[in-house]
Amino acid sequence: MSALSALLVRDVRVALRVGGGALAGVLFFLAVVVLIPFAFGPDLALLQRVGSAILWLGALLASLLGLDRLLADDHADGSLDLLLMGRAPLELVVAMKALAHWLTTGLPLVIAAPVLGLLLNLDLDAMAVVTLTLAIGTPALTFIGLIGAALAAALRRGGLLLPVLVLPLTIPVLIFGVAAANAAVVGPMPVATPLTILCALTLVSAVIGTFAAAATLRHGME
Amino acid sequence: MTLKLAGSDLACVRGGREVFAGVSFSVAAGEALVLTGPNGAGKTTLLRAIASLLRFAAGRLDFQASDPEAVLAEESHYLGHQDALKPSLTVGENLAFWADFLGVAASDSGKGLAAVGLAELARTPAAFLSAGQRRRLSLARLVAAPRPVWLLDEPTTALDARAQEILAALMRDHLKGGGLIVAATHGVLPLERASELRLGGAA
Repeated sequence: MSALSALLVRDVRVALRVGGGALAGVLFFLAVVVLIPFAFGPDLALLQRVGSAILWLGALLASLLGLDRLLADDHADGSLDLLLMGRAPLELVVAMKALAHWLTTGLPLVIAAPVLGLLLNLDLDAMAVVTLTLAIGTPALTFIGLIGAALAAALRRGGLLLPVLVLPLTIPVLIFGVAAANAAVVGPMPVATPLTILCALTLVSAVIGTFAAAATLRHGME
Repeated sequence: MTLKLAGSDLACVRGGREVFAGVSFSVAAGEALVLTGPNGAGKTTLLRAIASLLRFAAGRLDFQASDPEAVLAEESHYLGHQDALKPSLTVGENLAFWADFLGVAASDSGKGLAAVGLAELARTPAAFLSAGQRRRLSLARLVAAPRPVWLLDEPTTALDARAQEILAALMRDHLKGGGLIVAATHGVLPLERASELRLGGAA
C-alpha cells in the first residue's frame, strides 16, 4: 500500500472504530433540523421556502464537529512528527487527512440530507438538488476547516477558537450552496450559475486549504 | 560517499531562551553519539532539530549519504517521548500503518513485532498495552522500516531489563549494518563505538 492510501485507511478506520465521528455529526444535523420547525411553527409553505437554507446551515454546523481533533490528535500522540518527516509531501498528507475526515463526517451528512428534507416539507426535486449542492459543497467546508485544524494543532488551542476562525471563511460556500438549491426550488435564476461557482469554490478551497494547512504545520510546530 | 552526520557550532533558541550554543559533533556510519546532560540541557531540542522538526538558530549541519539526493529527515527514524500509536487500532495495524507510510512491504511488519517480542499481541488494541509494551511497539517501527539514521530520545524509558537487552541488540545490529545512532539518555547504553556529547556544561 502506498504511504498516502495507508494514511487514508488508517484515518477512516480510527474514525469508525472510536465511534461517534460519523454518527455524532448526523445526530447533531438531525437535532438542528428538527429544532428549527419547532421555532418557526407549523407553517408548511414557509418551511418549504427556507428548507434548503436550514439543511445547509445544519450541515455547515455539523461539519465543524470534530474538526479541532483532525490534526490535534496526531500532534498529541506524536504521529504528526513522523508525518512531517516522511517522504510523502506534507500537502498531500493533509489533503489525505481531510479526505478521510470528509468521508467519515461530510459524506454521512450528504446521505442524511434527503431524509431530513422530508421533515421540512421539501419535494423530491428540491431534495435532490439540495443533496447535490451538499455533495459538492461539504468538501469545501472540510478543506476550509483544515486551515483551522492546522492552527488548532499548532497553537494547541481547541474548542471555540476553531469555529470562530472557520465560520467567516465558509460564508461564500453557504451563499452559493443555498443559492443553487433555491434556484432549483423557487426559481427563476438558472441552477447552473450558482452551482458552477460552488464547484469553483470547492476546487479553490481544496488547493488553498491544503497549502495553507501544510504551511501552518511546517512553521507552527516550533 | 559513506554515511556521515556532522554539526558545527550549532545553536538553538526556544521561547526567547538560548537552549544550547556552540555544539559540534561528528558521527559516521557504525558509530553512535550519546547525548547526556541535566534536564533542560537541550537533548530533545537537539534531536528534534536534527530531525528537521525545529530550526537551528546558528551553525551548520552536514549530512552525507550514499545517495547524494538523500534528505536527512527522510533517512531518519525519530523515536520521541510520544509513541505515535492510535489506541483504537490493534498492535499489528499500528505497525503495518507506519511500515506502509514509511514505504516498506507489509510483510516486514511481522518481523518488527517478533523482534520486540510482541508477536502474540498483534491483534490486541494498542489501548490495552502497558507503557513498556507501547515503547516496544515504537521500537518495532525502527526494525520494520530500515532507515540509516536513528534519532532516539530516552529509548530505554519504561523498558524492563529484557526489553533493554533487545534494544541494545537492535542498536548493535543497526550499527553493524552501517547505520548511525544519535541517542539522548540519562542511563548507560551498552554500545562499543559510542562517543559522548555532554550538553549544558558542568553547571
